[in-house]
Amino acid sequence: MSLKKVHDKQPKEFYFSKNNLQKVDEIFSRYPKKNKKSAVMPLLYLAQKQNENWIPLAAIKYIAKILNMPYISVYEIATFYTMYNLAPVGKHFIQVCTTTPCLIRGADKIVKLCKEKISPKENEISKKGNCSWMEVECLGACVSAPMIQINDQYYEDLDEKNTKEILDSLIKDKPLKPGSYRGRKNTSPEHFQLVDRGKHA
Amino acid sequence: MLKKENKIFQNLYNEFGWEIDNALKRDDWKNTKEFISKGREWIINEVKLSELRGRGGAGFSTGLKWSFAPKNVGSRPHYLVINADESEPGTCKDRDILRFEPQKLIEGCLLAGYAVNAHVCYIYIRGEYLNEGKILQEAIDQAYEKKLLGKNACGSGWNFDIKIHYGAGAYICGEETALLESIEGNKGQPRLKPPFPALVGLYGCPTIVNNVETIAVVPTILRRGGKWFASIGKPKNTGTKIFCISGNVNSPCNVEEEMGIPLKELIEKHAGGVVGGWDNLQAVIPGGSSMPLLSKKICDTITMDFDSLIENKSGLGTAGIIVINKQQDIVACMARIARFYKHESCGQCTPCREGAGWMWRILDRVVKRKATLNDVDLLSDVTKQIEGHTICAFGEGSAWPVQGLLRHFRKEIESRCWEEPVVKKKTNNPYLVDQHLLENKNA
Repeated sequence: MSLKKVHDKQPKEFYFSKNNLQKVDEIFSRYPKKNKKSAVMPLLYLAQKQNENWIPLAAIKYIAKILNMPYISVYEIATFYTMYNLAPVGKHFIQVCTTTPCLIRGADKIVKLCKEKISPKENEISKKGNCSWMEVECLGACVSAPMIQINDQYYEDLDEKNTKEILDSLIKDKPLKPGSYRGRKNTSPEHFQLVDRGKHA
Repeated sequence: MLKKENKIFQNLYNEFGWEIDNALKRDDWKNTKEFISKGREWIINEVKLSELRGRGGAGFSTGLKWSFAPKNVGSRPHYLVINADESEPGTCKDRDILRFEPQKLIEGCLLAGYAVNAHVCYIYIRGEYLNEGKILQEAIDQAYEKKLLGKNACGSGWNFDIKIHYGAGAYICGEETALLESIEGNKGQPRLKPPFPALVGLYGCPTIVNNVETIAVVPTILRRGGKWFASIGKPKNTGTKIFCISGNVNSPCNVEEEMGIPLKELIEKHAGGVVGGWDNLQAVIPGGSSMPLLSKKICDTITMDFDSLIENKSGLGTAGIIVINKQQDIVACMARIARFYKHESCGQCTPCREGAGWMWRILDRVVKRKATLNDVDLLSDVTKQIEGHTICAFGEGSAWPVQGLLRHFRKEIESRCWEEPVVKKKTNNPYLVDQHLLENKNA
């Protein structure tokens, strides 16, 4: 269960934009008509995307109304799942995986760098560059450990040096390319490229 | 070692492109229509012949699972649900299937869907895999364009639709009934079984839930025959499997190998060996974080399949192998896993919700050398109180790694503990607040 704080400054109102209202219809079409409730998770995502990557309480009320659900049921879902942000995050939102496979390959160094470069506290928006960071549980890229997720992108096979570069240019609002930073092809073994690739080509 | 022609996932590293045209060149969607025309019984029988066991962790026979679906569709429609909520620490195989071999999965969905009488399939992808989901969606759209999905899918006369549902960062949604709750728009809290999803599943309808890898190997099994699949690996542990080798190895990677390959061969041949050499190995977690670790002595000879790992009081799980060498603090590694489970417990059953926290706090004290010898017994007791006393297998998943640690490293733990002091210092910890929040001014 996550420990989430609801932001203290809440906007009074929230409505989906015209564009997103069309998306709402598309989302409804995925589920049986009598099971409209299934759309609650995609709708929360949609609200989060529209509102600079966090969900205000007004949006929760609004979605509850659309889906004909009690407010508390939607609130429960927004707090149960960790990917719904109930308070503002940086424009560049860095999630550092620190579960064991990443930890034993040096995720603690990346956490240290985040504290130095971005902000000493988790979930605090940096003074420079509109970034924030947090520790998260396994992101499912364990053979590419250690890794971080910046917004939707995975940055893999990191070490101190290239994490520094990634964070520095992120603060300057120029995100670097995602993917492996050891120059290998996806999750292949490194010696594979030397031995096997010639044969494939 | 697995022969190249027996590899099912040719494009595991995206050497040849995931798009449908490239996939068709790799024989995806070949003869699919024919298989469907041979009927349900034939498909299920062929899968039973292959002795395919589910790749999601439990290792249940896939053919058998499919045969639990009611033979005829009654008043309620049937559903097929694909579990792509891959969150087990150490595991990242489904991610590569989703992004590089999506057509294998989609074709498998059609075949499995037909076999269990389902017209609709939901693929539940973890929220973090947004890019993988986008690729899969594109692959699904490409399949629709080629009329491989939709009405009269692939010319088979069967209507079939695939829809993607994203999770939002809850590990527990990898449990099949929690996953169904999540699709229904609830908190992902597991249901009591029975009734099993095969009879009462999604929206109360018969539902078959399968892992991504399980479904993605089905088309190849049908093309090359169940007997071919059964001839690879060991009896009752057949076929190929994607192993994810992470941790202290020189070249961590995903690799497809036959079941029953020796662990040592797997690590040395594919992952470039343990950092510091084989003798520098401390322990291996063989099947994702919820499987008990193995000591080096066992690792020397163990083969990677369901049954031999069970014999050694562990399990193949998802085949996410985490290698830990002697430079690591083994207790700290397991304490971090305990913290993972404390964070991810859904909070429904008391033993798990509270016990996971207990285990983490005790292990954390051991790491900081503040634990007493009584704590070790207490820790052992807590794991026993969780195991078997919860609705879902998460309880076992959180207790087993700690039990494994106690089994193999009890001396190491005890060497860091103190005798219980005669005069106890009073600590003023509020009961309901997590200790790390008190210490850590960040939170």
